[in-house]
Amino acid sequence: MITITRAEAEDLLFLEADLLDQWKLDEWLKLYTDDAAYLVPSTDLPPGADAAKTLFYIADDHSRMVQRVVRLQKKTAHSEWPRSKTRHLVSNVRVGAPEGDETPVSAAFVTFRSKNGVTDTYIGRALYRLKRVGGGWRIREKRCELDLDGLRPHGRVSIIL
Amino acid sequence: MSDTGTVVRGPRTSMVRSDDARGIFQVARRAFVDGGVMEHEYDAVFDRCWLYLGHESELAKPGDFVTRTVARRNLLFTRDAQGKLHALFNTCPHRGAVVCREAKGNSKVFQCFYHGWVFGCDGKLKGQPGEERYTAGHKDSGVGNLVPVPKFDSYAGFCFVNFDADAAPLPEYLAGAKEILDLIASQGEAGMTIVEGGQQYAIRANWKLLAENSVDGYHALTAHASYLDYLKNMVGGLVPIALSGRSYDLGNGHAVLEYKAPWGRPIAQWVPMFGEEGKAEMETIRSRLAQRLGEEKATRVAAYNHNLLIFPNLVINDVMALTVRTFYPVAPGQMMVNGWALAPKEETDWQRKFRLFNFLEFLGPGGFATPDDVEALESCQIGFANLGAAGWSDISKGMGHPEPSYDDELQMRVFWKRWDQLVNGEAR
Repeated sequence: MITITRAEAEDLLFLEADLLDQWKLDEWLKLYTDDAAYLVPSTDLPPGADAAKTLFYIADDHSRMVQRVVRLQKKTAHSEWPRSKTRHLVSNVRVGAPEGDETPVSAAFVTFRSKNGVTDTYIGRALYRLKRVGGGWRIREKRCELDLDGLRPHGRVSIIL
Repeated sequence: MSDTGTVVRGPRTSMVRSDDARGIFQVARRAFVDGGVMEHEYDAVFDRCWLYLGHESELAKPGDFVTRTVARRNLLFTRDAQGKLHALFNTCPHRGAVVCREAKGNSKVFQCFYHGWVFGCDGKLKGQPGEERYTAGHKDSGVGNLVPVPKFDSYAGFCFVNFDADAAPLPEYLAGAKEILDLIASQGEAGMTIVEGGQQYAIRANWKLLAENSVDGYHALTAHASYLDYLKNMVGGLVPIALSGRSYDLGNGHAVLEYKAPWGRPIAQWVPMFGEEGKAEMETIRSRLAQRLGEEKATRVAAYNHNLLIFPNLVINDVMALTVRTFYPVAPGQMMVNGWALAPKEETDWQRKFRLFNFLEFLGPGGFATPDDVEALESCQIGFANLGAAGWSDISKGMGHPEPSYDDELQMRVFWKRWDQLVNGEAR
């Protein structure tokens, strides 16, 4: 069993943050497996809540992640056109014990989004499940649990966290 | 941004003008930016109208409670041991502290952490530390009980409060909206339930822009072009049903759009994206609806979308999923929004999963459509900075036509006429 080091996990997470901040969304998508999921639970849900039973903000399967990227690259995705400026900060990266073919990695994040003269801050914990594919690591699941009482004052999570 | 609107004093002039002969209906943009208007709205609208508190399913068991902010009040909504619902002001009658500081839970009693007064789920004072230092009749006098809201009632599972003790009864207030609430409640054979997880967000725009937007059939093709593209991109995201239907004035400022649409509905319009398993599920739901309600009503429940606005600020949108939404101004240019998913209680795991998957494709701050509504509303609010020169919004679409289409603006005129009556003091 090949394990991932913290440095390797950080490289992957930092690369993801950089691709998102540069709006290189097609490349971002390539970091994920073809059966991946991207989840943002509602802020009043307990940790580990199930998107099939409770209401999230975002519960994308891979096909919807693809469509999210397609949509965000259109001028008709009005919330993000003109594009907002974002900065994803990733910290406190910890690698957990492998479970089957997946390795859990957790991180703390702060993402800033600026547009129309206001800056909104998304704070939370990102829970990743990484999978060894070919010679490298890809993301099978990213779950962003926000440390907020609600999406206030933001009103939207139209960027990818 | 016009967060701090200028207070305009002096004789009140109508902010709504309707010229039926020319087919022009306009609203003064001052209504969206003026701090004085907002304060007057709290007096004349929010303190007089029936306001949504929650759904009875949120308090399924005795002792269940939720705390909620309704029109700037902190409320505690409980179900007591006998199963009776109570809406109480969440402030200690002793010295004012918030008694219940949790968002939701189950409890036999509530204890204020400041001096330790204990209340039952019905709000009655059960104990005071140092009781012997109070006069004998103090506890039973009622001065120590949690204060109930002046009026509380429910209809079809939807619970409302009214801060005006002299308000007309809820059924009278709801007028024609009762029929639509019954229709929505009849989706569930065993009743309806709020799904766990609330979407709480804010919009930097005036609350009335969301009232308009929630029943706006006109903006779909432009504001939501990318959502419609998404449905086209998905294999089997759409069925060949044209967007068509009409709006209805339900009385007292309430209105509804009733229309057919090409998207999948978990109750119960199948689209190929739901798969073969989904087809069987949808057919089962559809035939059970027909057995229970008759074919005509079953079609109205299953095949028609409803965007319902209950004046002033309850929206129940029965579209690609079912959402309940309410919102309040905290400033002329900022509102707090709470949104929930409502669903038939008896849904299978598959149905619930697909309902939520369908919900999130469009609805909520992370969906493929709502963020663009937020952008549009905030854009309007920014545009209102020009109100000195461009002072009026136009809401004329469909005037002069005998049957209002779902994408006309009759429903907004219904809202605004009622708003104008209340704000100008012409009606209670």
